[in-house]
Amino acid sequence: MQINKIKAEMIDTLSDVFDGATIMIGGFGEAGSPVDLLHGLIDNGSKDLTIIANNAGNGRVGLGALIGQRQVKKVICSFARSATGVTFSELYLSGQIELEVVPQGTLAERIRAAGAGIPAFYTATAVGTPLAEGKEEKSFNGKKYILETALHADFAFVKADKADRYGNLTFNKTARNFNPVMCMAANQSIVQVRDIIEPHQTNPEEVITPGIFVNKIIKIENPIVESKAIAEGLIYP
Amino acid sequence: MINLPLTNVIKGWDRNTMASKIAKDLPHGAYVNLGIGMPELVSQYVEKGQEIIYHSENGLLGMGPPPNENEIDLDLINAGKKPVSILPGGSFCHHADSFAMIRGGHIDFCVLGAMEVSIKGDLANWSTGKGIPAVGGAMDLVAGAKNVFVMTQHLTKEGYPKLVKKCSLPLTGASVVSRVYSDYAILDITKEGFKVLELNEGISLEYLQTVTDGKVY
Repeated sequence: MQINKIKAEMIDTLSDVFDGATIMIGGFGEAGSPVDLLHGLIDNGSKDLTIIANNAGNGRVGLGALIGQRQVKKVICSFARSATGVTFSELYLSGQIELEVVPQGTLAERIRAAGAGIPAFYTATAVGTPLAEGKEEKSFNGKKYILETALHADFAFVKADKADRYGNLTFNKTARNFNPVMCMAANQSIVQVRDIIEPHQTNPEEVITPGIFVNKIIKIENPIVESKAIAEGLIYP
Repeated sequence: MINLPLTNVIKGWDRNTMASKIAKDLPHGAYVNLGIGMPELVSQYVEKGQEIIYHSENGLLGMGPPPNENEIDLDLINAGKKPVSILPGGSFCHHADSFAMIRGGHIDFCVLGAMEVSIKGDLANWSTGKGIPAVGGAMDLVAGAKNVFVMTQHLTKEGYPKLVKKCSLPLTGASVVSRVYSDYAILDITKEGFKVLELNEGISLEYLQTVTDGKVY
């Protein structure tokens, strides 16, 4: 029997997601954001979710819509402000959603550390700032560092350009961003891809995320383009 | 002594002039990260015959200018989430590698905006303490880049000094800024105070001292 991580239906792709899960969402702004998987998650209805992402959603599509549906209790991100980020700001400013602000590089490194089996690490980022409060401080060679811990997740939702049935992924330009490290840090990584190719068509030299880090794949040939959807006034669901 | 806030603010260099002064100070071959907003202008003023490599923290090294309307690719954006291009010799990487370039000390210069800069080089530029806190990559940049330049108006919109003895806003980093390019002057952060490297033609050292909370010399 062949290994095949490709799912035909969204319902099978998201069948393991549960209430209270911690989910990493790839993307930086709309580039690499798995909008179609997020709409699947709205249909699936899982709630009390903790979301780890760089941003906190735009408009009422993708992550913005998921937050608007009250399925998220906490967001861990570096930059929650956005011109169209209406759903998060409404809930945050009225005290109905939690926010943990993490410097962007520390966020990426905490995720990478989780994927690499590193429980914690020292970094100079945020030393002497409010984001260092409560964290252990230590000096190495006369310079101060703070201790940051690995960030794991139950699921990673990511968007890639191409995959084969083993889960070898390639990405498009800056849509790569957090997606590869999130695949490494989650118990189950779920990937929407624009195209599926045969394993013999995969160039091993060009694989960005090796299949070992990938669990489920669904092909979305024409993914929702977040900014266009917002401009057209789409509200999901 | 002039009372603050100033109601009749002297106009200094425009932002393009400030950007060209920064560009002039970036050495050939430098790897540079430009902050979102005003610092982005710096890339327009690189001297002919020089090559500067621009890093955008969302995984792009070798960033080029904004594309033509018909060449926009929403998967090719900068840290400000605006469409950009990639130059020959450029490359993409994932976020952890991109921030390793910053945090590992590989970026030679970053140019950031500021709400306040202290006489010790402390920078506050991420939070007013109100609304939704959002830090992005600013704390990584100031902790990791070899040289941190600040590009800012000398005074706030309300007419208060941005160069101060002690920051009142939440810090982005402590003792991280090496030089400030304001519309009034170029100033190095030194143990003795804000050292003036260049002064705007229309401004006297006495006036600069009046609009700066901390010793200028």
